[in-house]
Amino acid sequence: MKKYIPFRMTRFPLSFLLDRRTAVVTGILLLLTFAAMVISLGSGTKVISPWNVIKVLFGFGSGADELIVNKLRMPRILVGVMVGSSLAVAGAILQGMIRNPLASPDIIGITGGASVTAVVFLSTFTGASIHLLPLAAFCGAFVVTLGIYLLAWKSGVSPVRLVLIGVGIGTTMSALTTLSITTMSEFVTNKALIWMTGSIYGASWKNVLALLPWTVLFLPLSLIFARNINLQMLGDDVAAGAGSRVQRDRLLLLFICVALAGSAVAFGGAIGFVGLIAPHMARKLVGPSFGGLLPVTALLGSFIVVVADWLGRTAFPPLDLPVGLFTSLIGAPFFIYLLVKERNQ
Amino acid sequence: MSPLLSGRPSRLIGVAVGLALIALAVYASITLGMVTISWQSLTDAYSRFDGSNQQLVIRDVRVPRALIAAAVGTSLGMSGALIQALTRNPLADVGILGINNGASLFVVAAVSLLSVSSLSQYVWFAFAGAAVSGIFVYWLGSIGRNGLTPVKITLAGAAIGALASSFTHTLLLLNERTMQEVLFWLAGSVEGRKLELLVQVLPYLAIGWVVALIVAGPLHTLTLGEDVATGLGQRTVLVKLVTGLVIVVLAGSSVSVAGPILFVGLVTPHIARHLVGSNTRWVVLYSAMLGAILLLAADLAARFVAMPKEVPIGVMTALIGTPFFLYTARKGNFRK
Repeated sequence: MKKYIPFRMTRFPLSFLLDRRTAVVTGILLLLTFAAMVISLGSGTKVISPWNVIKVLFGFGSGADELIVNKLRMPRILVGVMVGSSLAVAGAILQGMIRNPLASPDIIGITGGASVTAVVFLSTFTGASIHLLPLAAFCGAFVVTLGIYLLAWKSGVSPVRLVLIGVGIGTTMSALTTLSITTMSEFVTNKALIWMTGSIYGASWKNVLALLPWTVLFLPLSLIFARNINLQMLGDDVAAGAGSRVQRDRLLLLFICVALAGSAVAFGGAIGFVGLIAPHMARKLVGPSFGGLLPVTALLGSFIVVVADWLGRTAFPPLDLPVGLFTSLIGAPFFIYLLVKERNQ
Repeated sequence: MSPLLSGRPSRLIGVAVGLALIALAVYASITLGMVTISWQSLTDAYSRFDGSNQQLVIRDVRVPRALIAAAVGTSLGMSGALIQALTRNPLADVGILGINNGASLFVVAAVSLLSVSSLSQYVWFAFAGAAVSGIFVYWLGSIGRNGLTPVKITLAGAAIGALASSFTHTLLLLNERTMQEVLFWLAGSVEGRKLELLVQVLPYLAIGWVVALIVAGPLHTLTLGEDVATGLGQRTVLVKLVTGLVIVVLAGSSVSVAGPILFVGLVTPHIARHLVGSNTRWVVLYSAMLGAILLLAADLAARFVAMPKEVPIGVMTALIGTPFFLYTARKGNFRK
């Protein structure tokens, strides 16, 4: 049996090789994510059986079930799916671009920028509508990343400088965040801490619709640019030799990253470790080539966030714990385990 | 670039000037502020104590604050110089490398899970946290083909720092009582700390300072490269271990007294190198003095920038430190 299945289109100038293993893994992950969604949709204060959930999804459910599933639980889970996949893909792109497995949006300052503006927004505009919070966070992520990029620019941006400047700015941002948290009132402090841990509590269909364009636009875009990431992984000289415009591609990839991570953080808060571990797990499953890696990473990210959110909702009722708590609790030990294993190889 | 102070005599004069500046800064820190205090009333507060408000302010607020700032600044400066020499990384700092976050996490965990409530017990957990995160970062940074590089250790530090702070946030969120107790401490400040706190960690600090100055010589040999140092007959593992321990003790005690204060340890070694060149022993000594001066000055500035409110000292050091970090990161030609 051949390893690859070739795809060629007769009309459009599009052809690619589909890796068998990647296809199988993607299929299984799709099923797993769907199963997790169904289970999560079914559980809560009122338990609905998976079969009834599926009936609702295909439009044959009873009225009460339909209200609970579609109106109350569905938006939250969809936001979880999108946030998870966006964070994971952003992490994968950064790890490829910087050529280091420790890179992720929360480490090179993207999330830090969003945190500062979100916390400042919460503390200064106490009267403003909470619906403006995502906008503030998104702007923060964009502005801070732009700043990092410009500061790292010195006749071109090298990954090394990008990391160092990013970490420096990120540290400063987290200092500012802590400081503004300590100076604000108790009530707001709690809100800010929940935001910083990452939570998709109370997501509505409005949020889903606001987040959807970003995910739908930039996830496929990252797939199209997958081959550029592959080149970037080889180092600047090789990439330039292979005909890639290294700096232009790097800026584009960073832009995709910020769009994905910024929109995800805007709605889900600073959910930790998804961007770090999902790409690692994906690489273990399908290898380092980005064509197959990105879809698997995205699905893994969604799966992790949906499961973590499900745990947060149901593990300690009536508490609704932030999803970021579980991604950190599971993600951090797993991450250390991965590093230990990589060392031994 | 040749150092400003070359030759032993000028450097010793520099030390004297530094000590004088520290004394001056301590005096300024005690006397200046919302209420200006004269030299007369300062001596009276100790020789003829009458329990008046002003004397209480002097004895319980101003003097502890000044001394704590001086001691913490010294320790931060020293640990910065040591950590930069040890990792051969001009961007290393206990804040950047996540050691502060590790210490904070352990303290917060102790408060919320073990119901530790006094600042004096914080110190042990801060030590443990600093040690654990320091070891992790060093180890993570040296995994892989070409060993310890600045980029790798910076990333490892950021990763461990992010890990620790996400756990810290979680703990704070789960336990509101802890939040109230710890938040004021987490911001990093030398204000409102009692003198006993400093007295308690002073033995560790003093030992740390002395050992730092002793180990700086062998450490300088180590900066020439692992092979050279071994060739010269040095037991490199021992030197690294002692240096690591000193960093943990200094950083841990500073964090337990004043909370995480950023960037002091980053900036001072650079200024010190500018003054005395690359000899690690002098750099450590000068960083210590510069750290004290910097923190005292930052604390003074924090009082006057937004009178009558106080800017947290962490903001001041971040304001000074960030541009410095960016400049160094842009300038540096790092091994890739």
